[in-house]
Amino acid sequence: MLKKGLLAQRLVGWFLLAVSLLNFPLLLLWDHNVTLWGIPIFPLGLFIVWTLLILGLVWIIERTPDEE
Amino acid sequence: MSHTVLIADDEPNILISLEFLMKREGFRVLVAHNGQEALDQIANETPSLILLDVMMPKKTGFDVCQELRAQEAYQNIPILILTAKGRDTDIAKGMALGANDYMLKPFSTKELVQKVRDMLGSVA
Amino acid sequence: MLSTTLVISVAFSYLLLLFAIAYSADRAASKGRSWINNPWVYALSMAVYCTAWTYFGSVGRAANSGVWFLPIYLGPTLAMILGWLVIRKIIRIAKTYHITSIADFIASRYGKSQRLAQLVTIITLIGIIPYVALQLKAIANGYQLLTTSLNSSPLRSAHWWQDSTFYLALLLAGFTIIFGARHLDSNERHEGMVAAIAFESIIKIIAFIVVGIFVTYYLFNGFGDIFKKAQALNILQGLFNFNTATNPLAHIQWFSLVFLSMLSVILLPRQFQVMVVESTDEHHLKRAVWVFPLYLLIINIFVLPIALAGLLTFGLGQGNPDQFVLSLPLHSGHEWIALIVFIGGFSAATGMVIVEATAVSTMVCNDLIMPWLLKSSTFGLHKRNNLTRLLLWIRRVAILVLLLLGYSYFKLAGDAYALVSIGLISFAAVAQFAPAFFGGMYWKGGTERGAWGGLLIGFAMWVYTLMLPSLAKSGWVSTSFITSGPLGIEWLKPEQFLGLTGLDNLTHALFWSLWLNTAVYVGLSLWQRPSAREASQALLFVDVFKRKPHAAPVFWQGQANAQDLINLLERFLGVARSRSSLKAYAARYHLTLDSLTADAQLVHFVETQLAGAIGSASARTMIASVVQEEPLELEDVMRILEEASQLRAYSKALEEKSLSLEKATAELRTANEQLKSLDRLKDDFMSSVTHELRTPLTSIRALTELMLDDPQMEWEQREQFMGIILSEAERLGRLVNQVLDMAKIEGGHAEWHTTDVDMKAIINQAATSMSASFKEKGVLLQLAMPDTVMILKADADRLLQVMLNLLSNALKFVPAQTGLVTVTLSDDPTGITVAVQDNGMGIAPEQQALVFEKFRQVNVGTQQGTGLGLPISRQIIEHFGGRMGLRSELGQGACFSFFLPRI
Repeated sequence: MLKKGLLAQRLVGWFLLAVSLLNFPLLLLWDHNVTLWGIPIFPLGLFIVWTLLILGLVWIIERTPDEE
Repeated sequence: MSHTVLIADDEPNILISLEFLMKREGFRVLVAHNGQEALDQIANETPSLILLDVMMPKKTGFDVCQELRAQEAYQNIPILILTAKGRDTDIAKGMALGANDYMLKPFSTKELVQKVRDMLGSVA
Repeated sequence: MLSTTLVISVAFSYLLLLFAIAYSADRAASKGRSWINNPWVYALSMAVYCTAWTYFGSVGRAANSGVWFLPIYLGPTLAMILGWLVIRKIIRIAKTYHITSIADFIASRYGKSQRLAQLVTIITLIGIIPYVALQLKAIANGYQLLTTSLNSSPLRSAHWWQDSTFYLALLLAGFTIIFGARHLDSNERHEGMVAAIAFESIIKIIAFIVVGIFVTYYLFNGFGDIFKKAQALNILQGLFNFNTATNPLAHIQWFSLVFLSMLSVILLPRQFQVMVVESTDEHHLKRAVWVFPLYLLIINIFVLPIALAGLLTFGLGQGNPDQFVLSLPLHSGHEWIALIVFIGGFSAATGMVIVEATAVSTMVCNDLIMPWLLKSSTFGLHKRNNLTRLLLWIRRVAILVLLLLGYSYFKLAGDAYALVSIGLISFAAVAQFAPAFFGGMYWKGGTERGAWGGLLIGFAMWVYTLMLPSLAKSGWVSTSFITSGPLGIEWLKPEQFLGLTGLDNLTHALFWSLWLNTAVYVGLSLWQRPSAREASQALLFVDVFKRKPHAAPVFWQGQANAQDLINLLERFLGVARSRSSLKAYAARYHLTLDSLTADAQLVHFVETQLAGAIGSASARTMIASVVQEEPLELEDVMRILEEASQLRAYSKALEEKSLSLEKATAELRTANEQLKSLDRLKDDFMSSVTHELRTPLTSIRALTELMLDDPQMEWEQREQFMGIILSEAERLGRLVNQVLDMAKIEGGHAEWHTTDVDMKAIINQAATSMSASFKEKGVLLQLAMPDTVMILKADADRLLQVMLNLLSNALKFVPAQTGLVTVTLSDDPTGITVAVQDNGMGIAPEQQALVFEKFRQVNVGTQQGTGLGLPISRQIIEHFGGRMGLRSELGQGACFSFFLPRI
């Protein structure tokens, strides 16, 4: 899969990053009873990470030239 | 009556030696230093034979040959081409343009004299 | 409380609107204007993932366990990141081989195995029934909540014919039939249905945002307010962290939920239907892979606030959290908001049911009913002509049966479970397809036996560890086997299999079923070599991107009759459709309909077309019944593959070869031209050299012979002749030297002694050595030079040679006595310039370019040059980076000059 070119490599890389950000142990970074702007940091952090993952995906898929 | 030979060559030293040779053999000699001069001389007085160099300024020997053969009056003047260019193509060109024979420079004076006499004999 | 009539008529009107949209989309499509052929509609149709479960269940889950509603939406986001690679491959495979369901996909991959198709269909059917039940339950509960007063206890009808849910199931079945089984399409595509689904996705997200904003900003004062109040009442405690104290394996549970939903978003029959089967252009995926996750994110933003608001309003442990979206607006007296929410939930549920039932009906028809019909001779299938109507009716019945089964499950077990738990049971069922599905896409070694064994054990474990316990908890099966194991055998307890404890039920079941499934799939696959058919299908699937659709090798051998094949196609597709597809086929191979030959290509084409209508396994059976096939051995597969790749390699090599030949020819031609012109140049040069050597030799020989012939020749005469001979001999010597010089310089063998050079000194030296010659001819030589000039790096002897050449040339061309030659030397920061001006007759423009060519001397007077002086001079000047030039007009003299740069 890795020889498929830049787009495929970026997507696989982004996927691996997403999997690690959304699972143990990086998830523990948000796992505290702290609030930010009155909102508990755990769900807030999850939504922020989620948003960033989608934005990154937009950038990758819409900006990388497709070799095919 | 002795024959008149026109010698056309742009090399003065060759002209000198050919003039001496022909006079020694008893011919009357006309000289020309280039092709145009040769044609002028011929128009002035028709020679019995022409010794024609090829590489000359202002009309080459080939030009002279061609122009002479184009005129009725000069169809039969024997022309002996003397050329320093050894290439077969040059010789063939000269013969095709109406020269009767050719000699490669440097030539043997005896052979030249013999050839000139043969050519004059065959015309006469 | 809203009136029953109002709620029912609104819901019914909504369904009519949906139908109008679907109808118009179908009409537009038949006119060639596809509504759904764009990435946005495609992405919205994917959002059929969000069902009533999302709509009601997410809030319920959030109220009970905080962030645990999220993994179900994070998984799809992860899957979509890889979507462009994985889903695109699925689409490509499905479109290339006319695959119309997930059962067909798996069966086709493993050699078009009928039993595999059946197993996958049965798993889907059983696994999906709870999910359909869930939708019915959600709508039924919502309806009840809207139409009864909040405080009255739920009323359960005693008999099914009095139960509105039953009629709802019938109504949905009717609509599904209209959307999904109105006519037969060999690609199983339903423009109208997809358009309606995309519309439903818009309705449900708008409705959810409306209730979200209403609750968060109307009932409360924004996010901060809700969280602050929840904090104060200690509701948040334990909701927003992993509570590893009470659940030490929370991270594994989190991971398994993310993983499970990641698989389900591809493997659920409705997702496969909208993403793969209904795909109009695989490039739409590029946009959809980020629009769909964005949709999921947006629809989840208000889940937590609504959940907390519900808890704050009704009190912890009070009220049904699954109903908060409805009960909150109802409680505050905003019944219209509640009605909007109900319609949103209704659209989520109907969307799911319509697509799911359509997809499952295709599978049931193609993979369960058709094989049975094809086998039963009593049914007379071989005699009947047009089977398209039969196919349609099978599907319609299948849809109805599926909804009735869903209703039954709802009646039997619906009350015991929260919405989310029911949904996850279905997720876990379809997750069993993952090893065979993804393994088949990327691993050529997977075999039918492995897929069959893996699916069977995975499904069995799912039934045992998840399905049965769920039924037991509903009270339909004794719970004793859960608490103490079947027949009292402790280590067989379904929720602690082999004594594995600590995991929650779902993770436990998922682990055992998928682990055994994968192990058996891989193990059995490696146990025996794949058959020829399996190997060939494996190649077609795994390497789908390596070939163009029509360049794929055809793995078939045998004898067939074209008319038999055409008849077969017409029976299942109808005359009109089979004719038009055959026409397209014939056109591709430049044939006519009458001249079709029954070769492997045609057999393959007909089989693929049939597969679109009745599934690949059934299509295989039908083809085998009308042609005489020779069994395919593994060697045959390798041979066919070899031939195909050889053919490809051969044509590629030919192309490359002819290209390189063309290139070589062109190069050779150029080289030949160069050689020819070089040869001509050499010939000319030789001819010129010969001429120049022979000319002096002619005088020398003739004069020498004349003197030898005449010993009495006068002395003066003899002296003149000998003078000529000497000068001609000198000329010869010069010529030989210069030819050699030229050859050396041109050949790069010349020796250059570069030293500091004072140009002024060189000009003086040249002038001095030429002064005698100038005096002899009476020519005046003028030198105009500055006091000092820059010192150059050059070869002094060579520059002297150049100066002597220029001076002697000038001397040749000027008239005796009145001649004037002026040498001018000047310098500037870039270098020095030397000009030699004469007052001779000048050189005509057309001759000027020639003077620097070899042997192109311009003859004047008696002085003979060799024709090499100027070319050599120019070579010397250019060797030192300079330029040599000539300016002249006839009658105005000539000026040769050169420039030498400072280095």
